[in-house]
Amino acid sequence: MDTQGYGRLRRKIMTVTLVFSLVPLFALGFFVHLQFSKTYHEKIIRNLERAVDNRQKALDIFLDERVSQLKSLAYTHSYQQLSDPAQLNAIFNVVQTNSKSYVDMGVIDQNGEHVAYVGPFSLKRVNYKDEPWFHETMLKGQYVSDVFMGFRKFPHFIIAVMRREGDRTWILRATIDSEAFSSLVRGIHTGELGDAYLVNTEGVLQTPSRLAGPVMTKLSMPLPSPATAGNKDGTVIEERPVKDRTMIVGMAWLQRVPWLLVIMEDPKEELSALVRAQSIAAAMVAGGILLIITGAALTARSIINKLIKADREKAALDASLMQSSKMAALGKLAAGVAHEVNNPLTLIRESAGWIKDLLVDEDPEKMLHLEEIDVAANKIEMHVDRAKAVTHRMLGFGRRMEPMQENVSLNLLTDQTLKFLESEALHRNIEIIKRLDESIPNTTTDMAQIQQVILNILDNAIDAVGSNGAITVSTGKAEDGREIYVAIADTGCGIPKEKLNTIFDPFFTTKKVGEGTGLGLAICYGILEKLGGRVEVQSEEGKGSTFTIFLPVV
Amino acid sequence: MEKARVLVVDDEKEFVDLFVNRFNKRNVLALGAGSGPEALKTLQTEPVDVVVLDLKMPGMDGIETLKEIKKRHPLVEVIMLTGHGSVEAGLQGMGHGAYDFIMKPFNIEDLLVRINKARERKALNEKRQA
Repeated sequence: MDTQGYGRLRRKIMTVTLVFSLVPLFALGFFVHLQFSKTYHEKIIRNLERAVDNRQKALDIFLDERVSQLKSLAYTHSYQQLSDPAQLNAIFNVVQTNSKSYVDMGVIDQNGEHVAYVGPFSLKRVNYKDEPWFHETMLKGQYVSDVFMGFRKFPHFIIAVMRREGDRTWILRATIDSEAFSSLVRGIHTGELGDAYLVNTEGVLQTPSRLAGPVMTKLSMPLPSPATAGNKDGTVIEERPVKDRTMIVGMAWLQRVPWLLVIMEDPKEELSALVRAQSIAAAMVAGGILLIITGAALTARSIINKLIKADREKAALDASLMQSSKMAALGKLAAGVAHEVNNPLTLIRESAGWIKDLLVDEDPEKMLHLEEIDVAANKIEMHVDRAKAVTHRMLGFGRRMEPMQENVSLNLLTDQTLKFLESEALHRNIEIIKRLDESIPNTTTDMAQIQQVILNILDNAIDAVGSNGAITVSTGKAEDGREIYVAIADTGCGIPKEKLNTIFDPFFTTKKVGEGTGLGLAICYGILEKLGGRVEVQSEEGKGSTFTIFLPVV
Repeated sequence: MEKARVLVVDDEKEFVDLFVNRFNKRNVLALGAGSGPEALKTLQTEPVDVVVLDLKMPGMDGIETLKEIKKRHPLVEVIMLTGHGSVEAGLQGMGHGAYDFIMKPFNIEDLLVRINKARERKALNEKRQA
């Protein structure tokens, strides 16, 4: 497979891994997010509902208490008592000791005359005959007003109760401290962005709102139907946009007065805990994604690397299988050819011999070219001998002989083999450097055949150097300890890269015709293959070659 | 010592002829045969010291002929002639009682030496039997 193919495969593995791990992660994250926000949202709404409910009850109770307090006062005291400013003052003070809810208090007779007054304003003798609240009170017996400006030119609301005492009808009236009431409405705000206020049926603010404005401001927002007031579940919860924000609004009508309690909350503020939790979850998901991507990348890389390694090993195995089957086939062919050629060679040689035999009987005087014929016959014999050398080496190459099993010291063998060539090397001024590792173990192999291999390679090395150079012969143990080697490095001409693959092929030679058969290295290869060894070549053109013969340690 | 009597057996007639001519010139009484059966027939009538036997022949091959010769004429020495170049074949022949083997193409002087040695051995064996 080429690099592109590996890249494609890697991407495929990555994609599949990522899809299968990220999709469930995202799905889980999304589901958790959905459930979490839903639950949280519901909780906020429930909280708001409860708050509205509580506040509404508190306000109703507050108003109920005020009304009944005034009623108690009116019905436990006579008109004479209460219209006396000193007595009214005393009673007012007693009431105020418990709660400072009132601003002032006054008694009004059936004609609207303000007969007695306690409070910070000078409202004595003011006539309320034409005020709408006066008529309401006279009609219904008790009355809680909306906030209005009144005579004081200040927003306030009043509570009034009427008592019939004999033929006299009178009204006890009190002004509620709007500050105290407002604080009751506001209560404890749930957040900095929330709001709480009361609004009457016309949409006029009864207490100040932080967002909508001061008291008495008319609001334009739609109000839920007052019919829901008094229902048990009168609380309405809805989301509505307020000043470019979406607020959750809880509304409930008070039962005592037609006022609508409105509490707003900014869900963003309320949800900040959720947002925090969600950002932590998001960070964890992001971390998970990173981890998965890293894991997928590492896995893909490791798989691809293993694949590349396996492919390379397979290619190497294929190449070596091909080489050995090529060798076997060529060996057979060589042996067959040699055998067939040997017979005619024998005939040629014998014929030439016969000529020579016959020439002996001839009379040199009578034979014109006797000497030349003799020379020619000799030449025939000589060249047949050359051909014979070729065919015998070919047969040697093709031969499948059972190798001997001897205990061999590679160092000793190398040393002995070098002796054969020492004089030749000396003659050509080639220095032979020996670096034999004395610690290498002996092995069991065929001594004569290994010697032949070393000899062939040394012979080639000497030929490659020609003259004036060096040949370094070293032995040692391979890294894994399972092989020993002898390396023959020369300073010769080197082998061109494109020829490195063919040097072990039979009949490959760089030598002149007649000088080499091209079988030397092929024979070496065959011998080593048979003995379980191998040969490696490193060569740089112009600098020299190194042949390393590896033998298994057995 | 009288002339050595040699029978050369090879399926190639030209070779046999050349061989006979050359050995006759070298003080050897040489006879030729073109096949195994022909060699056996010659051996029945002619006294032969040494047989030079080609290993590879059509029909009855060298090894079969060798076995037959050794069976019928145990004293006759045989030198195997192999074009195969393989020592194995030669050794196989020696295992069946051949005296020696020589590879083609051969040097005639070398073969002559071997023939003489074989003949000496035959003479020795004859003496021992007698």
